[in-house]
Amino acid sequence: MSTMNPSDPTSAAPPGGPIDPRLLEILVCPVTKGPLRYDRERGELVSEQAGLAYPIRDGIPIMLPDEARRLGG
Amino acid sequence: MQVFDRTLVRRRRDRAASRMAGVAPVLEAAAERLLDRLDDTTRRFGHALEIGGRGAVAPALRARGVGHVVSMDLSARMAGGAGGLPLAADEEWLPFAPGSFDLVVANLSLHWVNDLPGALLQIRRAMAPDGLFLASLPALGTLQPLREALAAAETALRDGLSPRISPFPELRDGAALLQRAGFALPVADRETLPLRYRTPLALLHDLRAAGEGNAVLARDPRIPPRALFPMALAALRPDAQGTLPMPLEMLVLTGWAPGPDQPKPAPRGSANARLADALGTVEQPAGERPPPRH
Repeated sequence: MSTMNPSDPTSAAPPGGPIDPRLLEILVCPVTKGPLRYDRERGELVSEQAGLAYPIRDGIPIMLPDEARRLGG
Repeated sequence: MQVFDRTLVRRRRDRAASRMAGVAPVLEAAAERLLDRLDDTTRRFGHALEIGGRGAVAPALRARGVGHVVSMDLSARMAGGAGGLPLAADEEWLPFAPGSFDLVVANLSLHWVNDLPGALLQIRRAMAPDGLFLASLPALGTLQPLREALAAAETALRDGLSPRISPFPELRDGAALLQRAGFALPVADRETLPLRYRTPLALLHDLRAAGEGNAVLARDPRIPPRALFPMALAALRPDAQGTLPMPLEMLVLTGWAPGPDQPKPAPRGSANARLADALGTVEQPAGERPPPRH
């Protein structure tokens, strides 16, 4: 796993920390059971069907509908 | 039906995440009892999900040769310390694609779920055919002395009673739950972990350290009378050995995700021998009383 230096603005690690690709393979949206898109820029897992973006904090995906960000529009 | 306050369960587990070391021996002993079932099968498992294991399950699964373990908890902090690939998720909203796991283990974690049949159905769907599901839940009888002491104290101090200990399922609920969720070869049995506490306060401390504080929605929101806990705890008398017996009654659930090669009951009417012949008795038509025996 890569290490990230929070004081280094050029750090390549995505916000929320790196996520294990083995988790990305099996995760689906808990509400729709539909596919998720990994938004590396924002460090979120996006469910277009549900209009929700699930945050990743310290490399831990938070797959809780209550904690998800509603997608605008 | 909503029985439990899930947000409160999550907060309690968040808070408990840093205090797990104190209660780890209890959780590990319970996990050992549960994972003993793995040694009963010759199957090898490669992809496991453990739910709410709190650090007691993922390492034990690895030690048994399971290569890939995902640790899920309602609390992200608890998941982070559980030992597997962590994620925060809700048992009532499972975020896994069908067929993701060939083993799912939930050690003392499903008793805070409101919709247990729904959670079991989602678990089964996340499993590959012929995958194994193992769960332990505190059963009726767990914390019974504490429940009774609190009830007696509260009745004495106030008019009425509020739920302070979670309602627990009974053994006979177990197999039916598994069957309803579509598990094959469902088995429900009971294990008792003979816990003993030196003092009642040590018990309360352990419950809190495990994140097991009361999260029943119908709990009394008022601050309990100051005398409630001292009075209840004083009523919990140590036995002759000077300790307080507080057995953990575990309901252990075992079920398999249906697979093509599993044994199945034969279709009705396919028998080619009479049961009466096998038993060496005379068959009586339904409704007719057997002749009196003398």
